[in-house]
Amino acid sequence: MENEINQVNEEETEVLSSAKKRRIVIPGEIIVTGEDYLPSDGTRRVGKDILAERFGLAEEAGRVIRILPITGAFVPRRGNTVIGRIVDITFHGWLVDIDSATSGFLPIEESPRFISKNEMDQFLAIGDVVAAKIMGVKAKGIDLTMRSKGLGKLESGFTFKVSPNRVPRVIGKEGSMINLIKEKTGCSISVGQNGWIWIRGENIDAEIKARRAIEFVTEKVHIDGLTDKMEEMLNDK
Amino acid sequence: MINKRGDGRGLTELRPMMAKVGIIPNADGSAMFAFGDTVAIAAVYGPKQLHPQHMQNPSTGILRCVYDLLSFSVYDRKRPGPSRRSQEISKVTEWALSPVLDLKGFPNQVVDVQIYIIQADAGTRTAGINAASMALAHAGLPMKDLICSVACGKLDKEVVVDLDKHEEDFKEGEGATDFPLAKFATSDEFTLMQLDGKIPPERVKEVIVAATEACKEIYEVQKKALKEVVNE
Amino acid sequence: MTMESTNLTINTLKKMFKEGKRFDGRKLDNFREIMVSYDVSNKAEGSARVKVGKTEVIAGVKLAPGTPYPDSLDKGNLMVSGDLLPLASPRFEAGPPGFTAIELPRLLDRAIRESHMIELDKLVIKEGEKVWTVIIDVYPLNDDGNLIDVACLAAVAALKKAKIPELDENGIIDYEKKSEKPLPLAEGILPTSISFFKLGDSIILDPTREEEEACEARITFGVSNWNGQRMINSCQKSKAATFSSEEIESMMKMLPGKFDDVNEKLKKFL
Repeated sequence: MENEINQVNEEETEVLSSAKKRRIVIPGEIIVTGEDYLPSDGTRRVGKDILAERFGLAEEAGRVIRILPITGAFVPRRGNTVIGRIVDITFHGWLVDIDSATSGFLPIEESPRFISKNEMDQFLAIGDVVAAKIMGVKAKGIDLTMRSKGLGKLESGFTFKVSPNRVPRVIGKEGSMINLIKEKTGCSISVGQNGWIWIRGENIDAEIKARRAIEFVTEKVHIDGLTDKMEEMLNDK
Repeated sequence: MINKRGDGRGLTELRPMMAKVGIIPNADGSAMFAFGDTVAIAAVYGPKQLHPQHMQNPSTGILRCVYDLLSFSVYDRKRPGPSRRSQEISKVTEWALSPVLDLKGFPNQVVDVQIYIIQADAGTRTAGINAASMALAHAGLPMKDLICSVACGKLDKEVVVDLDKHEEDFKEGEGATDFPLAKFATSDEFTLMQLDGKIPPERVKEVIVAATEACKEIYEVQKKALKEVVNE
Repeated sequence: MTMESTNLTINTLKKMFKEGKRFDGRKLDNFREIMVSYDVSNKAEGSARVKVGKTEVIAGVKLAPGTPYPDSLDKGNLMVSGDLLPLASPRFEAGPPGFTAIELPRLLDRAIRESHMIELDKLVIKEGEKVWTVIIDVYPLNDDGNLIDVACLAAVAALKKAKIPELDENGIIDYEKKSEKPLPLAEGILPTSISFFKLGDSIILDPTREEEEACEARITFGVSNWNGQRMINSCQKSKAATFSSEEIESMMKMLPGKFDDVNEKLKKFL
């Protein structure tokens, strides 16, 4: 059973299109001035000005101004798909480490199929790796579900981390980058929006190739021509 | 009357500054800032879980700062472990930085800021605050502005900016007054104010004006370093 | 990254090492690129910064006049200290030093002391009363594995550049005078730390942090020269897993070549 998540929110695909006006801004910097503009994520209005509230890429899409983060820890949001590790089993579900400030909780009702209280640890034991979706973010913790296509326990293969801000380019426009890597290496790959990535291949060489391809994508700053460079790289050896 | 200082600087001239962002790959945010021979590095980890639980604040995240000198940053080797001086500076640094941060979105969490001085030649707390401010921005935290900090002061009767180690020992006339300040980069809000020496109340305004001007230059250096991190 | 490596990754690393493969393409016994620079602090008598891959450590040498130890009245003193600053890794916490923080400087101390790299008998100011104390402080700035070996490189590089300060007529150090007197060091001795890490049945060198965290045991050797011969000066096995006598023998076979290799790389910067 392939458990692959390559979900990308629409707004993240747009990080990759260079059609919109973008530039790096720092907190407190004035992005634009004018009463017509609408402040969105990471910005606020002060008088006539729209100010940046964080470091990142300021984007002007029509009248909407927002900041796309390029650095920083993963900030969990409802709807994010993440890869995590089971750290504890309680009466009601599993505690999952998703590498964020608050821990995740997977209630027993949110398993992909019916699991009774007795078989909890047989289904998911401490140390197991899962792909899950965030249902809600609360001060006490993050609620997860596995009741969706592509979610569930990840068997064999390995996991590693990239910067969460680079995840959109790992996936690519409409999945183009990740599909290219999967095709050329023959690996199953799941990309968590928390930056954790799971790869399983036919052999070690394929797995190494896939990981190095993904790391190449995340380390390059300029993304022009990245797809071509990747094709080249994956066609070698 | 002094027009030029020991190293040839004008009264309101800062030492050459250097700044670089992203120097510690493991950290969520990191930066280095130097005033002449004073070099500070800062790393930010967070937001993350705060332990022990009794320190958690359910209505907001908290900022935790540590400042210290590395043993070989000073001529007389400093023994490892925080001194009273370091602990005090850690706390005023936290008060200097927290007003720009908006941590309400991170209840029960902590943002850890570590500042270390690699080479000390006066103005270490101000270099540390400048580095920490960039590191916090680099970590993607919600901030209203950057914080700029400079050690202003007075040598006898002259108001000066960015005192170096030799100047701290100045003995003529009214001697040396050390007056470190920090403020929001783009607004008239001061977040750090300390003083050591002699200054009549009527002259404080001159120092505030000098600090405000100096901070404009510091801000340009910080801004440039942050914008350049993307080009590496 | 605060989440620990998953068991999946540890199992994959085990399989990979068995096939002689690593994620970054290195052979199991290869070191990453070593880069050394100096003048980290002009307040130190000598200082260096070493980067091996993404692991970065800085070291500084300070000298101060002090009293000799009662059992070595005709020798200077040596102390190796340091701290695993929380800034270098999400794994390091502020507060009292954990075991790793205590172990690292002690391992370096033994490697450097037993190699007799520093000619302590030439550090006497007044026999029986006043000697130079050499203090080496190491600070990792970024932990991407193999801190001990990298810290040793930084300490040795800093020592190579260290100068003895001038004393004024009262026997106090005059820091304003830039001394050109090098610290007395034995010719051709470069104590080197070589740590072997074990995962399953495989042995690797210079692991990244991901690899190091998966490994189950480590042996660190301090190696240098004595009378033209390579000598092991110190050794410590750490962590719970075991080494067979065959594995120890195979490490002994690898050690001289590795020592030469790392020394050659360091010498380029000396």
